[in-house]
Amino acid sequence: MLDKKKITPYLLLTPALLIMLLVVLIPVLRALMMSFMNYDLRRPKDIGFIGLMNYITLFKDRLFWLALLKTVIWVGVGVFFQFFFGFILALLLNRPFRARGIVRAVSMIPWVTPGVLIGLMWRWIYDGNFGVLNDLLMKIGLINKNIPFLSQTSTAFPSVIVTIIWQGIPFFALMLLAGLQGVPNELYEAAQMDGAGWATKLFKITIPSMKNTISVTVLLRIIWVANSVDVIFNMSGGGPAYSTQTLSVYIYNKGNALDLGYASSMAIVMAILLSFIAIPYIKSTFRSKV
Amino acid sequence: MKKNNIFKKILTLYIPLLILLVFILFPFYWTFITSIKVESELYGQATYWPKSVTFDAYHKLFTTTINFFDSMKNSFIVATETTVVSLFVSTLAAYAFSRYKFKGRAPLMGLFLCNNMFPTVLLLLPLYAIMRKLGLLYTHISLVLSYTTFTIPFSIWLLNGFINDLPLTLEEAAMIDGCSRGKAFMKIIIPILGPCLVSTGVYIFMNSWNEYTFAMMFTNSKTRTIPVALKNMIGQLGVQWDLLTAGGILTIIPVCIMFFFAQKRLVSGLTAGAVKG
Repeated sequence: MLDKKKITPYLLLTPALLIMLLVVLIPVLRALMMSFMNYDLRRPKDIGFIGLMNYITLFKDRLFWLALLKTVIWVGVGVFFQFFFGFILALLLNRPFRARGIVRAVSMIPWVTPGVLIGLMWRWIYDGNFGVLNDLLMKIGLINKNIPFLSQTSTAFPSVIVTIIWQGIPFFALMLLAGLQGVPNELYEAAQMDGAGWATKLFKITIPSMKNTISVTVLLRIIWVANSVDVIFNMSGGGPAYSTQTLSVYIYNKGNALDLGYASSMAIVMAILLSFIAIPYIKSTFRSKV
Repeated sequence: MKKNNIFKKILTLYIPLLILLVFILFPFYWTFITSIKVESELYGQATYWPKSVTFDAYHKLFTTTINFFDSMKNSFIVATETTVVSLFVSTLAAYAFSRYKFKGRAPLMGLFLCNNMFPTVLLLLPLYAIMRKLGLLYTHISLVLSYTTFTIPFSIWLLNGFINDLPLTLEEAAMIDGCSRGKAFMKIIIPILGPCLVSTGVYIFMNSWNEYTFAMMFTNSKTRTIPVALKNMIGQLGVQWDLLTAGGILTIIPVCIMFFFAQKRLVSGLTAGAVKG
């Protein structure tokens, strides 16, 4: 180490820590406090501590449990297919062909598109009257009458899941492609000599060598998808009949309704649940970086 | 044999790639042609190639009460301020983490990493209450501060990786030549780090430009950013899809251009942690 002055690193960190104190630590503590309060901004006179009341309400709230179930499906199905198609895309982009650079860059566009626009674009595609999806399905002959995808409970949830899959493919492809490029070529050459087929190579070489990339990417993505509000909020707002209301969306809707106390208690529960997934990620990153 | 190879390549590479690309890009194509169709064509039998082209929707965005220009200006101000603040703060912090050994280094790094894990809504609710109390609600500052909750932790990790890749001998050489540590940082590290700072900046700008969850609750008609303006085009009388898609196209063009220039370094920075780890 060059510098003997012990105080320098702390000085360098001060601005970042001050901001984080202000916008993260204090708010988290405040959320914790609000979760023990009746904190409804529409009825400011009734604001006050109510102990565990919010948590008891939450435990009995049918919509909370429904939202939790929806979140598990949303994350499970969404991330699985993001990974599946992202992996295929990464494998394809890892092979040499003309204009690969452009194809690679262009396929990343969903990743830089605002979630609100993604929600609205797909809402237009799914539109029950003039939506292009209905037109396409009609042309192929799969349906003979328009489906209002987002306004009936049976199709709304699968529809928003398809959208989140679409959004997540590029990020997975990006990370997995970098992982693929890190797999040593000698391994493949050795396998080639042994006469291994593509499936053997994929499952015995590629996937095991990328274990780290895969687990980090999947964990990151689980957390992001669980937190995602804007896509669902702009497609269906959680409806119809709560069929697309994940926990994040439920909390957001409650927050929008200014019932901050109850919303905070749900947010705290959600944070605790997510930490079960986040802690292994933090631990593994820690081992490699610090 | 050669013919067979080409056939195999078409079947295992070009066709699957084409299918995936169509799936990924079709929504954008559809959005774009929606924005240039005339109204009668928009709400009728779907057409995959516009019969007549009009740029009315783009014109209306700027000349009617929608006032898209104001939203663009708001988004630009918020994103720029967020980028400057986050970059400044994060570069100092990342340098400290990368070049100094000090007490509390590991837990502090962990703290910044944890930040990325908090549910957005967990921060949103108390921040709303706090901003309201401080009288900052509906100002740019409330958004800039909220966005630093995710831009600073992320940038610190990104920049920490970039700085770790720079050899320590750079500063040592400068200091032998009589530079102070601070001068070496300003004169040597910052210029070399330049492209990485730009890529990180693009990432921050992109995220602030696109952010909706905070923006919806923290802005009003005067301070609203583009994502909120887009959503607001859904009125009581239904959705004006031509206007909305035109606004959408204008929103993604700047970030796409920035992304294409910054992508190479950004991608290597983003993936470094996962791949090396």
